[in-house]
Amino acid sequence: MDRRGFLKSTGVAGILAAGRAPAFAQGTKLHLLRWVDFVPAGDQMLRQQLLPEAGKALGVEVQLETINANDLQPRITAAIQSGSGADIIMTLHNWPHLYKSACVDVTDVAEGIAKDQGGFYAQAEQAVKDGKQYLAVPFGVNGLLIAYRKSWFKEAGADTPPKTLDEYRQLGTRLKKKGHPVGQTLGHTFGDAPAWSYPMLWNFGAAERDRQGRTKLDSKETVESVKWMTAFWKDACDEGGFAWDDTNNNRAFLAGEISATLNGASIYIAAKRQQDKIKDEHGEPMWRDIDHFAIPAGPAGTWGYHIPFAHMVMKYSKNQKPAKDLLKWLGAKEQFAKWFEVMDGFSAGSTKYWERNPLWGRLDDAMKLYRTAAQASRIIGWEGAPDAKASEAYSKYIITDMYAKAAQGQAAPDAGKGATSELQKIYG
Amino acid sequence: MSKPIAGGSNGAAGLEVALPHPRAVGPQIRGRILENERLLAFALLSPTVLLLGMFIAYPFVMGVWLSLSSTSVGNIGEFVGAKNFVKAWNDSIFRTAFQNTFVYTFWATIFKLSLGMWLALLLNRSFRGKRIVRASMLLPFIVPTVLSTFAWRWMFDPTFSVLNWLLYKSGFIVTKLPFLSDGTYGLWCAITVNTWRGMPFFAITLLAGLQTINPDLHEAASLDGANGWQRFWNVTWPLLKPVTLVVVVFSVIQTFSDFQLIYVLTGGGPANATHLLATYAYQIGVATGLLGEGAAISLFMLPVLFVVVWLQLRYLRRLEGA
Repeated sequence: MDRRGFLKSTGVAGILAAGRAPAFAQGTKLHLLRWVDFVPAGDQMLRQQLLPEAGKALGVEVQLETINANDLQPRITAAIQSGSGADIIMTLHNWPHLYKSACVDVTDVAEGIAKDQGGFYAQAEQAVKDGKQYLAVPFGVNGLLIAYRKSWFKEAGADTPPKTLDEYRQLGTRLKKKGHPVGQTLGHTFGDAPAWSYPMLWNFGAAERDRQGRTKLDSKETVESVKWMTAFWKDACDEGGFAWDDTNNNRAFLAGEISATLNGASIYIAAKRQQDKIKDEHGEPMWRDIDHFAIPAGPAGTWGYHIPFAHMVMKYSKNQKPAKDLLKWLGAKEQFAKWFEVMDGFSAGSTKYWERNPLWGRLDDAMKLYRTAAQASRIIGWEGAPDAKASEAYSKYIITDMYAKAAQGQAAPDAGKGATSELQKIYG
Repeated sequence: MSKPIAGGSNGAAGLEVALPHPRAVGPQIRGRILENERLLAFALLSPTVLLLGMFIAYPFVMGVWLSLSSTSVGNIGEFVGAKNFVKAWNDSIFRTAFQNTFVYTFWATIFKLSLGMWLALLLNRSFRGKRIVRASMLLPFIVPTVLSTFAWRWMFDPTFSVLNWLLYKSGFIVTKLPFLSDGTYGLWCAITVNTWRGMPFFAITLLAGLQTINPDLHEAASLDGANGWQRFWNVTWPLLKPVTLVVVVFSVIQTFSDFQLIYVLTGGGPANATHLLATYAYQIGVATGLLGEGAAISLFMLPVLFVVVWLQLRYLRRLEGA
């Protein structure tokens, strides 16, 4: 091989002609840290298709690392304090407010997506927006509804799901007597615990803080909600739920141990995708016996908490521009649609635009409630702002623990006072 | 180049060798440095001092500074004095964690010591397959804590516990025991797992101590009419006491600052009922990002451990003196 041939074959001639190295060869590597998705197809889509495509389109190499969701916050803290780690990190809830001093301003990217897709859902925007600045780019909202076994509900006398929380308790009592308790976590776990406990406050007209941000928990509404939870826990629930994480209720439901549980759509999706393995007590595929309903109404309404997801670009990253470009690319309709479709309704998208996606027409009727679930959501910190203090209160599981302590025997007013005292240390 | 010269030993012809001409002061300085014991000690100790400084002194000083500051994740914070310590002391969850740490350390150490001693006495006898039994006894200690604790977590699972299943099938229970979903049960489960894991360390160390005891002493005691318990109490135990104290000191330090086991088994739940100081410090400092408060909580361990270790070492020294 002569000198000319060598340069051609190694591509060096092209580089010399262009006067600069191609983007990929410059070695820009992006490290994206996310949770292990409850719908494995979502991670596969990112790992095998979208991120390699992004690599080609943007001239970067993207490495996806997935970890247990409960380990995300410790990883974020370690990364920020050491000033090194993933360039982009996935967040849940309103976490970006807690880490705002370490987040790159991504207003241009987020506003571009919002403008293109008709605006974010309220909680998706509140979760990441500090004043006029976006701290992270929204990446979907996970709807949380109650998955239930239709046949068992019918046996217990309910042809349709309960409309009120009192009806739910009465039905749950009958179900538990028949050996099919409701299963719910009141443990320290990232998703199902707050998505179950916070709406209980709101649906009884209680709130952790007022509009000015001061503690407002000490109220008769709070005590009423705690009393309801205590009775519901004792009468209707599998009491092992104190020690459950976000995966336990999935496993218990799919094993036929519980009749209902608040969850993302992953139970139904798993039951359908593994229908040869996941059967009911008659040997039939379980997915046919599963449907969903929203948290029933309390005296003050029927609110849910549907969890907003987002991606932060970290200030310590040396690749902030490529990282923002990647989020812009992933959030664009064409790319996000590919991921959205394999998620089969587990993610509802961050904007109403995704409610019109043809996917919803293809999904089973049992899944269709997830299409608009994100509309009836409040966010952690309500009725105050979902700021860093609200995130701190969430991270300490103060609201969840208030219900757990009462369900374990503490008097409802005492549990309320204990939680109020903890919140006052944060909110004043 | 060399040439023959006179004056070799025993009148033999010597050989003049042309060596490179050294500078006159070099060897003197080198010699002086090498002979200076202070400098030599400094040179030999400096790598160790450097390592200790980097990996023990720096994190410790950093921890003290953090505990006195309002540092949170991403924010340097400012000096706040003892505010974090006062806040922790007024926190009901901290007090639960503080109490749990003592209960957990006390009972786990008692169980590890008594069961470890019993096991060591058994293994000190001669029986077929002694070596295999001794080696397999170490398994709980060898398996990584996280791995074995995961296995225990499955056994205590609120829904699918194999222990509940066994007890139910054997007719001992009619409803599931709330192994990890009740605070009291949870803490005792953790003490059980810690005992299971730590007992081999006690057993093997005490066994080594037992084997240093001269059998003649036992024989003499037997001839004097001492029974088994009397031989143990008057011969074995006094000779084993120094080893036992060292093992207990190690165990107390490790158990009091235990993190992995509780983190994996209960995560501090349900409702913070099984937090130890280490796991609660992690929850506040790392998961919630309040690094100053987390550091203050973890530093509460220091004076307690210091006093415990000081008392035990003092007692040990007195024993050695006697």
